[in-house]
Amino acid sequence: MTTDDVAIVGIGMHPFGRHEGVSGMDMGVAAVRSACADAGVQWEDIQFAFGGSASAGAPDTMVSKLGLTGLQFINVVNGCATGGSALFSAYNSIKSGMFDLGIAIGFDKHDRGAFRVNTKASGLSDWYGESGMALTTQFFGMKINRYMHEHGITEDSLARVSEKAFRNGSKNENAWRRRPLSMEEVKQSAMLSYPLTQYMFCSPGEGGVALILARADQAHKYTDTPVFLKAAVVRSRRFGSFEVMAPHIALEHNAGPTVDASAAAFEMAGMGPDDMDIAQLQDTESGAEIMHMAENGFCEHGEQEHMLAMGDTEITGRLPVNTDGGCLANGEPIGASGLRQVYENVLQLRGDAGERQVPNDPKTAYTHVYGAPGISGVTILAK
Amino acid sequence: MATDSATKQVPVSEGVFTWPSDEPRLLGSKCTDCGNVMFPTQSGCPKCSGQSTETIELGRTGTLWTWTVQGYPPKSPPYAGNADPKTFEAFGVGYVELPGEVKVETRLTVNDPEQLNIGMEMELTLVPLYTNDDGEEVMTFAFAPIN
Ligand SMILES: [Zn+2]
Repeated sequence: MTTDDVAIVGIGMHPFGRHEGVSGMDMGVAAVRSACADAGVQWEDIQFAFGGSASAGAPDTMVSKLGLTGLQFINVVNGCATGGSALFSAYNSIKSGMFDLGIAIGFDKHDRGAFRVNTKASGLSDWYGESGMALTTQFFGMKINRYMHEHGITEDSLARVSEKAFRNGSKNENAWRRRPLSMEEVKQSAMLSYPLTQYMFCSPGEGGVALILARADQAHKYTDTPVFLKAAVVRSRRFGSFEVMAPHIALEHNAGPTVDASAAAFEMAGMGPDDMDIAQLQDTESGAEIMHMAENGFCEHGEQEHMLAMGDTEITGRLPVNTDGGCLANGEPIGASGLRQVYENVLQLRGDAGERQVPNDPKTAYTHVYGAPGISGVTILAK
Repeated sequence: MATDSATKQVPVSEGVFTWPSDEPRLLGSKCTDCGNVMFPTQSGCPKCSGQSTETIELGRTGTLWTWTVQGYPPKSPPYAGNADPKTFEAFGVGYVELPGEVKVETRLTVNDPEQLNIGMEMELTLVPLYTNDDGEEVMTFAFAPIN
């Protein structure tokens, strides 16, 4: 076990979902205020901030509402790993010895329906979007279709993951979709991108999260229940991996950025998959959660079918996965999504997760985000 | 390919596939250092970081590596085809593995899951995407099952 360098001492969230008349930025501001209150600090005590938002404005402009204290404020935009990148940067700013107390902020507010892809900004030609291939949903359909073919995963498992997500979401007051759905309802909903139906997909949404980080040796100034950040890693894709929005894939195969980020995080933390008590895994759609269980090292490819049927990933199971309902029940405001996972893990490790509390005093927790253009972020927390 | 000989056809973009051609081929790049094949054409090689590539015509046939069916109208823009929810027709999308070259992402001429199987033999064709303001039929590429 490595020495603790950085602790999370305050957490704040603006509920996810759809909030008419509330800007994404204002959700970020609300999250910051609630994180400060949680840590018992004033905004003026915060020495630095990393803020992430993909489509709700430049985060550093929020100081005009929070207070013009002159702090170092850096905006982070890094696709679906935006929140994770803000946290990674904040973690390293403290670990380096440069600062004692800082904040990672993520918020967003997206249009309804599937993400509208800017092909130019993604380094793709116009014909790609014009021809109907610039859709992230297609990638997820194609990746799980191939995976089911190779590893014997069935439609039942896809439906089971969604059923679990909405059941967990129903116990989360900050979640967007709080109505439990049966496996049959999930299967019978509209087929969006074969084999994935409407209720197997998360939707772009709205929300904000803020996390206050401190030097580990000062954590008890702010909280009786510090949670230590054992690892924070971001990795991009390597040659041969199969990623979202790729006009071609190489013939040779590489396992992808999730496998790389996961291995690096476990090494940094001096722990392994068997040491984790809880995991929040990117579930853009239910197949992603299944594939990410294996890519993050929690099982072998194909084992998920049995694990899901046995309830291993339920809140009461051997390895609870997406205890707050994940992206499926919370939606995906890109800037906030990765930080939501960490927020949930801090709640769980503090024992403050209420109706959805993982039993038996969990001590370690794992988060994983994945997104365009082939980027993964992993954190490991312990108390 | 032509549905109406009076209608002029144009490619969705220059340089994506050979045009005009009775036997269309996709245009890719080959790294002159390591031989890595890419689609569409690009300068620079993601495999060896080499800076020199040459344009090549890719193979016309391959096998279906994976697939899905686009079941709802894509947002327009960027989509240029029919995105009207009332008349939208689902279309297949997949990756076709061109032996010894690369896997290319492509529309499929088939949209019925019952008729699509991983590993099936496919060949390149061109399909109409939309009619432009000049009344020309804009064509894009797709792969069709070989019977
Ligand atoms: Zn090369």
